[in-house]
Amino acid sequence: MITIKLKPTTGSFAENKDIAKNLRIKKINPALKKGDDVELDFYGIDSTTQSFIHSLISQLIRHYGADVLEKIHFKNCNDTVQKIIEIVTDYMQFRE
Amino acid sequence: MVIAMVATLGKNISPEKLTFKAFEARSKHYFERIGLFKFLGINSGISITKHDPSGRFIPLTRINNSTQQSKFITEMIPLLHLVDNPKQAQPIQYIVGELVRNVIEHSQAKDGAIVCAQYYKKSNTIRIGIVDGGVGIKKTITQSHAATDDFEAIRLALMPGITGTTKKEGGTAENAGAGLFFIKSIAHVNRDFFLVYSGKAMYKLLKRSPEKEIALQSDPLNDRHSKEKTLPYWNGTAVGIDIALDNTKEFSILLDLIRKTYSTSIRERRREKYRKPKFT
Repeated sequence: MITIKLKPTTGSFAENKDIAKNLRIKKINPALKKGDDVELDFYGIDSTTQSFIHSLISQLIRHYGADVLEKIHFKNCNDTVQKIIEIVTDYMQFRE
Repeated sequence: MVIAMVATLGKNISPEKLTFKAFEARSKHYFERIGLFKFLGINSGISITKHDPSGRFIPLTRINNSTQQSKFITEMIPLLHLVDNPKQAQPIQYIVGELVRNVIEHSQAKDGAIVCAQYYKKSNTIRIGIVDGGVGIKKTITQSHAATDDFEAIRLALMPGITGTTKKEGGTAENAGAGLFFIKSIAHVNRDFFLVYSGKAMYKLLKRSPEKEIALQSDPLNDRHSKEKTLPYWNGTAVGIDIALDNTKEFSILLDLIRKTYSTSIRERRREKYRKPKFT
């Protein structure tokens, strides 16, 4: 399992979608491709946006299916961050 | 929002072609402080005390890319004196973050987003304006959805899961079509005004009655609102939101409501597309 600490790149308010996309393409997806689990560590992040989380994980759910959520571990999420992740994972599983 | 609109219009005119008629109204200091004259390259001749301790405002700022956006969002909370109040800061950060991001990604505005905000002590409210002089909502949304006029385009843009980038539910890797729905929801729950003006149309979310139960609507026409369809044409999009700090609900409560409404809305839209059995 690889651990990705988000705060050093996102700051305490994780809103920059370019950073999210970069993390997904350069770190998360290569690890999943190798069969590794990925731990996303939200320590120190006070809040985030739906756009950021969408950019971070939606394409992974689209590409690998919802089972990919078994391989991605969301660590140190406060209530707000957790709920935004749940909104995104919900609607990605409703899609056509 | 109006000041940001004036700044957006004036930005494309060279300062020497702009005429400024000196005025005596007390509000002249406000225009100077918010940075309108500086933004337009006009010397107003108005002198102000720069370090007014009661000043809780964000002067007119132009944001062109995500780096500038992140910097602006980090700096805006101290300017609005909300560092020690995350309950009030969170929705403001969220709203500005998502709206500015929309401008950068979709508007094609060469000047990016023009943003300003002001705190009003009497009503304990922060008013934010985010404006662009880009292509407008109709042109963006009709890349993937049918909208007959500017108002219909605004309506679609406010619905969860609808984005101009794709017809598919869930959006693309980069866009879900949820940003404006989230912002309208924040405004509804907190009993704030929220206004979108694009092309000839305007949608204004009116304040929810405090006695009325909170119910998020996926279709903005089901919210208490007013509308205009024949306004002077605005090249781009202007959004204004008034955030009453006394009303701010816990962000996490709001997210529970959004999750429920979002899921229901997408399920209903999918069901509308189901093929029906033919009974003869």
